[in-house]
Amino acid sequence: MTAAADERTHDSAPADDVLAVAREQVLERGVGLTEEQVLAVLRLADDRLDDLLALAHEVRMRWCGPEVEVEGIISLKTGGCPEDCHFCSQSGRFPTPVRSAWLDIPGLVEAARQTALTGATEFCIVAAVRGPDARLLSQVREGIKAIRESGNDIQIACSLGMLTQEQVDELVAMGVHRYNHNLETARSHFPNVVTTHSWEERWDTLRMVREAGMEVCSGGILGMGETPEQRAEFAVQLAELDPHEVPMNFLIPQPGTPYEAYEPIEGREALKLVAAFRLALPRTMLRFAGGRELTLGDLGAEKGMLGGINAIIVGNYLTNLGRPAQRDLDMLVDLKMPIKALGDTL
Amino acid sequence: MFCVHCGRPDAEGEHPGCRGPRAALEPPRFCPECARRMVVQVTPVGWSARCSRHGDTTSAARTG
Repeated sequence: MTAAADERTHDSAPADDVLAVAREQVLERGVGLTEEQVLAVLRLADDRLDDLLALAHEVRMRWCGPEVEVEGIISLKTGGCPEDCHFCSQSGRFPTPVRSAWLDIPGLVEAARQTALTGATEFCIVAAVRGPDARLLSQVREGIKAIRESGNDIQIACSLGMLTQEQVDELVAMGVHRYNHNLETARSHFPNVVTTHSWEERWDTLRMVREAGMEVCSGGILGMGETPEQRAEFAVQLAELDPHEVPMNFLIPQPGTPYEAYEPIEGREALKLVAAFRLALPRTMLRFAGGRELTLGDLGAEKGMLGGINAIIVGNYLTNLGRPAQRDLDMLVDLKMPIKALGDTL
Repeated sequence: MFCVHCGRPDAEGEHPGCRGPRAALEPPRFCPECARRMVVQVTPVGWSARCSRHGDTTSAARTG
């Protein structure tokens, strides 16, 4: 038996109630739920949802604290991606209405300025590519330089696909402090979602990112036809990765993609997932990302913030619109959740 | 005039997918004047869209 497994079998809670077990194991000892336990949480009856969210919130407050990290994102290179991620309107392989676009440096600087004005401490530069080429890396380098020269000291993250070791090192040298590369879904489901590269290739990039000293950001999209068992599998695979941040997206079915006709996840199911992921990842930053507007609406977003979430993307996403940033900032004020300050993250 | 989400004539059919909650999260993709697919850039607080024939429009122009 591994040390982790041994920790999990320490048991003074009723074995038949997963919330009682989680209270002792996760809240008191900070040990994330196992795959089997996450599945049990996902199978809880709807009348236990409020108890589940309350526990997940306690876990978040105990192990992460009350602060919320606010982030803005921008698409530096939109569309025309050679990969076939079935959820993505930016794949060049599907007949979606998204056309290729490059954002120029002044546009990037302005987007960073707009993001900083919301109080965000994090600005993520994203490109729809398999991996960055020399032109893209040059644009990122020039963009970061211009953002800094504009007097904006917001922290900069990047999401540029799969990396080589040399590219990882280049990004570190540019001052990129966090790298996003989503595992997207459970390893067992990944081949149904993407066929042009593997889950393991993504894992390799994340390993290099961590070893180079950048913070690792990796999450995924829920609602892509995965089973409850695969959702539990995904949660514990993320826990094994132990990223600094996990962005949780809910599928927005995109016209022209293979997932166009998928139904969005139902709100209660989405909230259950938020809480279950928190119980699997007690110390990890769990971020509300795309799809929450469609899946949860305003009321559901508040419930998610009180059910384990401790970070949000505000404003618009890459190709989709979000709700106005101010509405999220007002929500945080109403919930008495302070926004993480820049000095706290350095 | 054409639907900015699917590019079909506005008056043609029901456009159920273009008027639901999902469409509210989409910037315009087709030019309302000529139905050409536009180059769209989403930013943290808005969007801009360019039609090769009818030029640029922005979220600020739409709401302002």
